[in-house]
Amino acid sequence: MSAAPDREALAAYALALGDDALILAQRLGEWVSRAPQLEEDVALANIALDLLGQARTLLTYAGELEGAGRDEDDLAYLRDDRDFRNVQLVEIPNGDFAVTIARQLVFSAYQYELYTALESSRDTTLAGLAGKAVKEVAYHRDHATQWTLRLGDGTDLSRARMQAGLDRVWPYTEELVDPIDPGAEVQGIVVDPATLRPAWALYVTSVLMEAGVDVPEPSWRSRGGRDGLHAEHLGHLLAEMQHLHRSHPGVTW
Amino acid sequence: MSAAESRGNAEGRSSDESRAALLAAARAVPDPELPVLSLGDLGVIRDVRVTGDGTVEVDITPTYTGCPATAVIADDVRAALRRAGAGQIRVSTVLAPAWTTDWMSETGRRKLREYGIAPPGSAAHATEGPVKLAFSARCPHCGSADTREVSHFGSTPCKALWTCRSCAEPFDSFKAI
Repeated sequence: MSAAPDREALAAYALALGDDALILAQRLGEWVSRAPQLEEDVALANIALDLLGQARTLLTYAGELEGAGRDEDDLAYLRDDRDFRNVQLVEIPNGDFAVTIARQLVFSAYQYELYTALESSRDTTLAGLAGKAVKEVAYHRDHATQWTLRLGDGTDLSRARMQAGLDRVWPYTEELVDPIDPGAEVQGIVVDPATLRPAWALYVTSVLMEAGVDVPEPSWRSRGGRDGLHAEHLGHLLAEMQHLHRSHPGVTW
Repeated sequence: MSAAESRGNAEGRSSDESRAALLAAARAVPDPELPVLSLGDLGVIRDVRVTGDGTVEVDITPTYTGCPATAVIADDVRAALRRAGAGQIRVSTVLAPAWTTDWMSETGRRKLREYGIAPPGSAAHATEGPVKLAFSARCPHCGSADTREVSHFGSTPCKALWTCRSCAEPFDSFKAI
């Protein structure tokens, strides 16, 4: 590499991806003991665990790049909502099972394309994580696909619930593939999400067509998650996630 | 050929032998979740090196990024190396190349089957090509291939839940990744 990569831009990129994974892991964890079937309890917990593992690697790396001595725990537990860079999609409440499945479908299909592209990053940490995580995410995407087909192609009630779930999450999907301009220094290191749009949209819409549900056409779209603008939901989520660590700094067990 | 091997040549035979003994000690550690398997069977010990000052460096690759057993594995490896005579020990987690079930030894596959867990099929078949082929897992209890997957996800990140149509027993199957 001729020029040193822009550490600040790379740190921000790793932080954004790590925050997506961390916040969705926390949301999915809320399903434990509440899912409609025991198998789904186990499945959603497993998916959350994979995402948490990805978040740990990404936040640790973001902290190293930042060079201010913050580790994964500092970044997860000691930032306030305006410092989080996740898309709003991952922070909205779980809703019913169909809302969660709709979100899983769009998010895992996005992550699948993202990690596939990141595997050829010039950055060995990002490429290493992507090569590992894409295998896990293939299972997440298949899980969401199977449920979307089952609900969409099921009874009138299950189809209506699946459609309502998609309608709920759709305004938040555009944020995932908004273009970024990270600067020339990180060319070939980070992936511009806009380049993922064709493959992502093709996958998701073909699943929806097969499931017999409509691609929603929302009248508004979310913005600003990557700049630290969040709905009130994130604050509540962080209160629960960070409470123990903030009440007992440095606690271990 | 790892860097450790080339360094070992310069330091003479005894250092090669000590590295081999340490590698064997690390590989013999049982997996905390599946004690029937050793870490060597699982293929997660990627390298053991002895540095100039005698520090033993171990590279471990996790099966899944979020697998909670990873921390326990690191602790168990440290303890085993200490018993094998190592002083300073540094354990690193390496993600690339990504762990694949294709690294699991034949012995490991046999032990899994005997333990009641269907061993993984070929990861290459499950993830490559235009049509993703997921082969049916063979029931570890009765050997029947007439089985079905109940859930992609099981009691640990590396396993899926299956059930056998022939003997009606549920069983875990190691996911091919």
